[in-house]
Amino acid sequence: MGNLIYNYEEAVALILFSIGFVTLLFHRNMIRKLIGMNIMDSGIYLFLASMGYIYDRRAPIVEGGDTNPVNYINPVPASLVLTGIVVSVSVTAVMLSLAVRLYERYHTLNLDEIYAMSRRRSEHR
Amino acid sequence: MTPELTEAIKISLLVLLIVAAVAASVMKKLVPALIVFTSFSLIMALVWILLESPDLAITEAAVGAGVSGVLFYMALRRMGQMKKSFIEKDGADGSEKGENDENDRPDENGEDGEHDEDQR
Amino acid sequence: MKIRDNIKKWLAYDYDLDSAPVMPDPVEPDVEAPDISFWRSLRRRGAHRALYYVAAVICSIILASTLILTVSGMPRYGEDAEFMDTVTYEYLAHGMEYTGAVNIVSGIILEYRAFDTLGESFVLFCAVTCVLVLLRIDDGKDDVSLPCHDLTGDVILSRTMRALIPFIFIFGIYVLLNGHLSPGGGFSGGAVLGAGIILLSSAYGEQTSGKFVTERTFRIVTTSALLFYCIGKSYTFYTGANGLHSFIGNGTPGNILSAGLILPLNVAVGLVVACTMYGIYRMFKERRF
Repeated sequence: MGNLIYNYEEAVALILFSIGFVTLLFHRNMIRKLIGMNIMDSGIYLFLASMGYIYDRRAPIVEGGDTNPVNYINPVPASLVLTGIVVSVSVTAVMLSLAVRLYERYHTLNLDEIYAMSRRRSEHR
Repeated sequence: MTPELTEAIKISLLVLLIVAAVAASVMKKLVPALIVFTSFSLIMALVWILLESPDLAITEAAVGAGVSGVLFYMALRRMGQMKKSFIEKDGADGSEKGENDENDRPDENGEDGEHDEDQR
Repeated sequence: MKIRDNIKKWLAYDYDLDSAPVMPDPVEPDVEAPDISFWRSLRRRGAHRALYYVAAVICSIILASTLILTVSGMPRYGEDAEFMDTVTYEYLAHGMEYTGAVNIVSGIILEYRAFDTLGESFVLFCAVTCVLVLLRIDDGKDDVSLPCHDLTGDVILSRTMRALIPFIFIFGIYVLLNGHLSPGGGFSGGAVLGAGIILLSSAYGEQTSGKFVTERTFRIVTTSALLFYCIGKSYTFYTGANGLHSFIGNGTPGNILSAGLILPLNVAVGLVVACTMYGIYRMFKERRF
């Protein structure tokens, strides 16, 4: 299986992504779907950050004027993920407020029931 | 800390991460699932430290374990589901065999819709 | 006037589906509805759910196996592969010299990729605006949703917070102001500060936190921070691209007053993040500012 046994970190990241995907597919509760989406987010961040990690190297904070690049890990994935984490929480907030609005309208969190109710409502016309 | 010890801690944290993700996904009640999800974020913060990214660890601990958990709880409370989710099973859990009866309601509605269409 | 009446009716609507006021018909499209009889017959027999589950399982298996195969074909984890391309090399070798920031990550997100960070800040602003649009109710109206009882006066929470709040705020401000010297920066420090304000307001009520974060201060702080970011970065982009002399120097790396604009930009981003966190929390809690 190639480098699978060495790449356990990336494998875990993508397993997390798959768990989130399965949660999105198999649950019909909106809050569950949001949890799944957050797990997918975390999987992607873990994947990006583990791509930049190198053994026996330090975090990219210069100590004592030592600017030799072979002493530091890759700083680019960290800077990408840092903004991504904060943006993901705002996306979660927007989706939660949408869920709150849907709940106030239909008094349920189940997407199937919401779909059925909206269909019945449109056929009542 | 020797490299072997670091490696062992990292692998055990990754295993815990998967366990927490699966538990947050399959737990029947909603609020315990959210608590497990918050602990998932906390484990993630520890993994960031082992990946030599302290910036990410601070952000994840404050955002993932703090603010987003608070937002989930606030939303549940706003919907009046807090107590219900502690006591009852999550009614929308489709993977349960016993709850498929409850989920059959859309089918009835589908038949109703068919009926209406025939009348037209 | 008529639209206004409709909106009033919709707002006063008691969420009972059967007695719901009938919405005006949309214009019927001329095209025929697609033939969904196959799907309907499946629905009648209850087979659509089984079909959905089979398709979902197949999708998940294909996705997971593809991802695992991709991982097994990638270069080994943690080894110095060919990733050290010129960009990363440049960031690490000359980043401190060019940006003046000891923390290379801070230098990247606020100097090399400052435009990207500006976009992220606007995403946060847009998110809080969306939440405001979706959840806000007017001052005169009663809260139509279920009551949301609060934890104000809870003994455990308030005593614990009395001990913890100073440390949380000092840590947040430290992380915010030392973003160019140590791990942290605008996003981390702002998130810590926002979480601190949320804890304060949940322990001591909205009157305490409302003393320094009202809607007015929220608006002023967020817009002025974003404007400051735009103007400051425009200046440095302009002078940098045209080779002009900028009056903002880099200073000595390692001092607190160094690294050009990174310190004030960290403060601006941190204020935006903290205000966003608290604003979203407040909208969920109170549905008004």
